[in-house]
Amino acid sequence: MTRSITSFTDVRLVDPASGRDELTNVVIDGERVASVGSRTEGVRINADGLVLAPGLVDLHVHLREPGFEDAETIATGTAAAALGGFTAVCPMANTDPVADHAGVIEQVLRLAREEGHCDVAPVGAITRGLAGEELAELGAMTAVGVRCFSDDGKPIRSARVMRRALEYARTWDAIVCNHAEESSLTASAQMNEGALSGLLGLDGWPHEAEEIMVARDLLLARSAGARLHVPHVSTAGTVELIRQAKAAGTRVTAEVAPHHFTLTEERATTYDPVYKVNPPLRTKEDVEAVREGLADGTIEAIATDHAPHPPEQKEQEWAYAPPGMLGLETALALTLTELVEPGVLTLTQALGALSTNPARSRDIDGHGGPVEEGAPANLVLFDPQTRWTVDARGGASHSRNTPYAGRELRGRVVHTLLRGRFTVRDGELVGA
Amino acid sequence: MIPHLLAIDDLDADQITRVLDTAEQLKEIALRPIKKVPILRGRTVCNLFYEDSTRTRISFELAAKRLSADVLNFSAKGSSVSKGESLKDTALTLEAMGVDAIVIRHSASGAPAQLTKWVRGKVLNAGDGRHQHPTQALLDLFTIRERLGRLEGLRVAVVGDIVHSRVARSLVQGLQIMGAQVTLVAPPTLLPPAAGAWGAEVSHELDSVLAKTDVLYLLRVQRERMSQQFFPSTREYARLWGVDQQRLARLGEQAIVMHPGPMNRGVEISADAADGPRSTITDQVTNGIAVRMSCLYLMLGGEADEEASADAATAGGTP
Repeated sequence: MTRSITSFTDVRLVDPASGRDELTNVVIDGERVASVGSRTEGVRINADGLVLAPGLVDLHVHLREPGFEDAETIATGTAAAALGGFTAVCPMANTDPVADHAGVIEQVLRLAREEGHCDVAPVGAITRGLAGEELAELGAMTAVGVRCFSDDGKPIRSARVMRRALEYARTWDAIVCNHAEESSLTASAQMNEGALSGLLGLDGWPHEAEEIMVARDLLLARSAGARLHVPHVSTAGTVELIRQAKAAGTRVTAEVAPHHFTLTEERATTYDPVYKVNPPLRTKEDVEAVREGLADGTIEAIATDHAPHPPEQKEQEWAYAPPGMLGLETALALTLTELVEPGVLTLTQALGALSTNPARSRDIDGHGGPVEEGAPANLVLFDPQTRWTVDARGGASHSRNTPYAGRELRGRVVHTLLRGRFTVRDGELVGA
Repeated sequence: MIPHLLAIDDLDADQITRVLDTAEQLKEIALRPIKKVPILRGRTVCNLFYEDSTRTRISFELAAKRLSADVLNFSAKGSSVSKGESLKDTALTLEAMGVDAIVIRHSASGAPAQLTKWVRGKVLNAGDGRHQHPTQALLDLFTIRERLGRLEGLRVAVVGDIVHSRVARSLVQGLQIMGAQVTLVAPPTLLPPAAGAWGAEVSHELDSVLAKTDVLYLLRVQRERMSQQFFPSTREYARLWGVDQQRLARLGEQAIVMHPGPMNRGVEISADAADGPRSTITDQVTNGIAVRMSCLYLMLGGEADEEASADAATAGGTP
């Protein structure tokens, strides 16, 4: 690779890792940041009006490969990630075959190296076949780089298995992430349980089903001294449980998905399965609570739970359609439009939740800043003012199940750099 | 007048009255030696049934045929649906064949609403999941009005498995639109979540509501609910919420007993209650045809001169 020097001039650096928010010049030399300050050299790119931040990090995506390439591949999913400003994503283990042994993890890592548009930090399964019964070989997966284990989509029902997973993962101080759903309360559940589910005749997914599981896992993590990550927090009760656990010293981190801070259960009245997701869209009060959780740091990360499904699966009866929504290409703009613009989060807080915090919470080196001399140039530059309209067919994802089609959002990614190389330039994907 | 009929609250009180009044006129056709009028001649109605329901399908079939519509019966078994064809593709196929109206019964809530996105023809919901069954509500309203002369101000107790019942959802809304007062009677396990939001009274005790009830509406209790811990046994259910001779005796003099069928005799309703003079159960079946004729007519009939055709329909006969 030829060594190149690029300077972004007059850019607003917002770096949650260092706390800097200032107009400056950022020079990239090869794979690294060469300087931040008055100096410029090499190819000068006028970045006046743009924000430069550490590349975004998504703790929770489904890239569907291997096994479900009709929905997404590592190439298309990471392309969507790069266009969304991400430089690292963590794909879940519910592929076919399941990522429950080192072989599948290595396959994902190899595909990501060959075809990917961002770094990929795979999540390994906690149990064999996601069956919730026998522990997968966490050690073998750790040896090839896995830092977090999850049976995402399927909860670990047995408290004993969950306890063992937390304890065993401590060997490497790895993170255990349990899909928080007490499934005996959610059999055939289709949407949030409440007056609306009653009227629509859709089986309810009660908020207690999430909170019971989170409460159990927090207790187990505390006793084990282990690292617990709570995925896709969707209820006010869960936010409060995590807030209390953090105050008590439990080693817990948490994420919220953009759809849980932007949409409510009212969408189900359309019976359009593009709004079906697990955990389901909740109430206005829950949306308020997760926003407060982000603002006070109870929830440190925004993670998309990007879940592609082909049209023929989503264009079905609500009850038959699989849950899940795209998220990678809209997460930043939704955060800017729905959280920063109304003043729920500062821009620094928002980028912390999209980059620095997730990178730290998952031990992803080289991402999340700080943006300083010598650091890997994993960066995003975006125009916080540009308005654009979401086009379901216009994205890089192989699927188009976005619930935001037709919606106008503010803030658009202009450039994404992975170790100094443009993965997105002027809003266009650059070949892998 | 009616674009689609997906839920009872697609209609306001005036429209419901119009449906019932029209049904009253059309009901007379069944008394004629030749039970057929040419109102919907040349129109095609498809009964698209994803769920077995011989009773409802036959009722719709008779209704359409008495209006001289051509009727197709498309049931999920033995069709392209059983070969895995999607609802969307089935809808597009029927659309391409020029069907004017689709009567759909589906086990998934919301399927009729989704259908409207893919077809230009009218969609009539014949029962979707646990959501709505608007023509059942209309035939129940018709039957109550026929027996008691009015709907406004009546006190109606809806008893039983409300949470799983599309009949209950439609009926309660329909009654409320028409100004009746509804009490839901069930153990908390069989009430919908946040039942208070339904705008009805809620009671767990049947005995306490009997004396102040004009219409006692009993819902079918499925035995499979026992295994799901909604209630411990049919015996206990019958003892606490079933209607027998003793409970019948505590109703007001004019009060009627209704059931959408099929009944579980001995569980929610005793033979005495089902077969006694208060029972409207067979009337409901008869009225179902007239009400469905009315809906099809108001959805598909000539929009410009509805009055004129309604008169034509009943010419040589009644009012």
